[in-house]
Amino acid sequence: MKSSHQIELTAGIFLLLAIAALIFLAVQATDRGVVSGGGYLVTANFTNIGGLKPRAKVAVGGVTVGMVERISLDPDTFEARVVMRISDQFNDLPEDTSASIFTAGILGDQFIGLEPGGSPEPLRDGDRILLTNSALQLEQLITRYMFNTEGDD
Amino acid sequence: MNASPSGLARLLNPIRKLGDVGLFLLTAISRMRFTALQVAETLRQVYFAGVRSLVIIVTGGFFVGLVLTLQTFDALSRFGATEAVSTILALSLFRELGPVLTTLLFAGRAGTSITAEIGLMRATEQLDALDLMAIDPMERIVQPRLIAGIIAVPALVLIFNVCAILGGLIYAVFLMGSDPITFWGNMQTIVELGRDFGHGMLKAVAFGLIAGWLAVYFGWTARPTSEGVALATTQTVIATAISILVLNFVLSAFML
Amino acid sequence: MNESSPPIRLRNVTVRLGGRVILEDMSLDIPAGKVTAVMGPSGAGKTTVMRLITGQLKPDTGEVWLGDQRVDQMNSKTLNRLRRGIGVLLQNGALFTDLTCFDNVALPLREHTDLPEQLIRRLVLLKLQAVGLRGAAELYPRELSGGMNRRVAMARAIALDPSVLLYDEPFAGLDPISLGVSLRLIRSITRALHTTSVVITHDVAEVRKLADFSCIIADRRLVASGSPDTLNNSEHPLVRQFLDGQPDGPVPFHYPAPELADQLLESERRA
Repeated sequence: MKSSHQIELTAGIFLLLAIAALIFLAVQATDRGVVSGGGYLVTANFTNIGGLKPRAKVAVGGVTVGMVERISLDPDTFEARVVMRISDQFNDLPEDTSASIFTAGILGDQFIGLEPGGSPEPLRDGDRILLTNSALQLEQLITRYMFNTEGDD
Repeated sequence: MNASPSGLARLLNPIRKLGDVGLFLLTAISRMRFTALQVAETLRQVYFAGVRSLVIIVTGGFFVGLVLTLQTFDALSRFGATEAVSTILALSLFRELGPVLTTLLFAGRAGTSITAEIGLMRATEQLDALDLMAIDPMERIVQPRLIAGIIAVPALVLIFNVCAILGGLIYAVFLMGSDPITFWGNMQTIVELGRDFGHGMLKAVAFGLIAGWLAVYFGWTARPTSEGVALATTQTVIATAISILVLNFVLSAFML
Repeated sequence: MNESSPPIRLRNVTVRLGGRVILEDMSLDIPAGKVTAVMGPSGAGKTTVMRLITGQLKPDTGEVWLGDQRVDQMNSKTLNRLRRGIGVLLQNGALFTDLTCFDNVALPLREHTDLPEQLIRRLVLLKLQAVGLRGAAELYPRELSGGMNRRVAMARAIALDPSVLLYDEPFAGLDPISLGVSLRLIRSITRALHTTSVVITHDVAEVRKLADFSCIIADRRLVASGSPDTLNNSEHPLVRQFLDGQPDGPVPFHYPAPELADQLLESERRA
């Protein structure tokens, strides 16, 4: 039987161990809260978003900078309006940044890739990205390829 | 107090039992007091419930991580997508397996001993003795164990998850030769701190409350005989397992 | 705390438990500052009497008085205050198995007083000295014999210098030496603290050596009371059966059952 002093000490070490595990998991095994909460909102209209879903990642040069907050239909233009949440760390993206929808690998999820422009003015909360490229769709690619070969004849 | 097994009584009995379990928790909460003595006793119970479950949690977590990675790695290699293994491992651990398995192991290791301890305290009149010394046994015996469950289970879940991820790392990286940077990187890209990890820890707190609550309840209500205490420990494990599994589904559905 | 050891009075008390009548319209006077033995066959309601005095059980009708306080109408707060003045020795001591003997005795002091730890230590050692177990202070209850466990429990019961001491079967299962020790302790403690002591027992021989006053409860009521000598000369059949240990009498040997011949014939007919 341990004395009550030792018991309290061991319990304390146990809790410290748990806190260490918490920090390890939060830092090493998660996104460290980069995309959830905080950040600023930016919208972009696309003629076709393909299979893009809310919570999809938003990346610059492959590095995650945010995520898709929500997707709706613009009632005037009948385009898809995508609202993105960008982490505050990346608050100096130029105003004329363009957005494209990419697919990770051939069968992977779709995500938004941002291509920074050259404007000195940064994007701010509520701004809209004007230059957009819609999702490439596999079926369209195949059809286009088939028409092209026919047209060449 | 009608013992006849009429249909209505059989239907009402489980509901009455459920009400009893609920009232027990309300009584325990309403009589809570936080003094220095109580804090020290709670810490002691964290030791008994938490530290003594460490061995089973560490080995359990390690092998769950190992086997989970082994199976997903095998399945993913057919699609050439083995780099997704760390993501699947972390997501299934944080969201479901960590909290559920830890609580089940906790119920078997610590829950049963809490039930047996309180049941035997009743049988050997220790609870009566406290009452007669004008010390509320709800406060002195039930409260520290209840709170210890709420503290110990999330702590054990964290340790379980670390061990399981280490198990997965050993299999994927050291045995199958995956790239450790991709292993951690994919995990960090996909797993969200709040949604995946945070929600899992919320589950862990809820499960800790349930595991501690049912363990003290069945100990408290155990018949003061050897069969009574034996039955109560069995009931603790069964009731905890069922409520954890059901509640896990409900919480997962809500949090998704 | 013990300037006035109160007398205990039960007035026309009826207790029903689970549809069974345990005590019926019973009155009992326990004198102050003396050792009173409450005797009776097993299951006659002796322990119920004790639970009435401590307020663990409320009578269905009747009154329970401890001095000028009415126990059966107390709320849990006043009851807790009352219980600090009552020491109880439960059947097997009921020590807390995860605490040392020292901590067991210190528990009521730490809980109910604001005394500094140093003073508590001194008090606990004195109480343990009184029961002859100061040397066992740092041992756990499981490391001691059953008799010693009960002596530690006695030290715990007198920790707050109670004015009333209740002993539930203090002699059951003790070897002759431990029994002698217990007898002496109960007597010396009663004398030293001037407590009103109630000993619940069915040990007829020990009661003669110990009690100033004794009473017999059987068949849901008080059948006899007085000094042990008066009881000895009683002609009441129940008292005689109990004191002389006759196997059959007013308390029957057989559990209530249908006639033996009927039941045997019945089973034969079924076969």
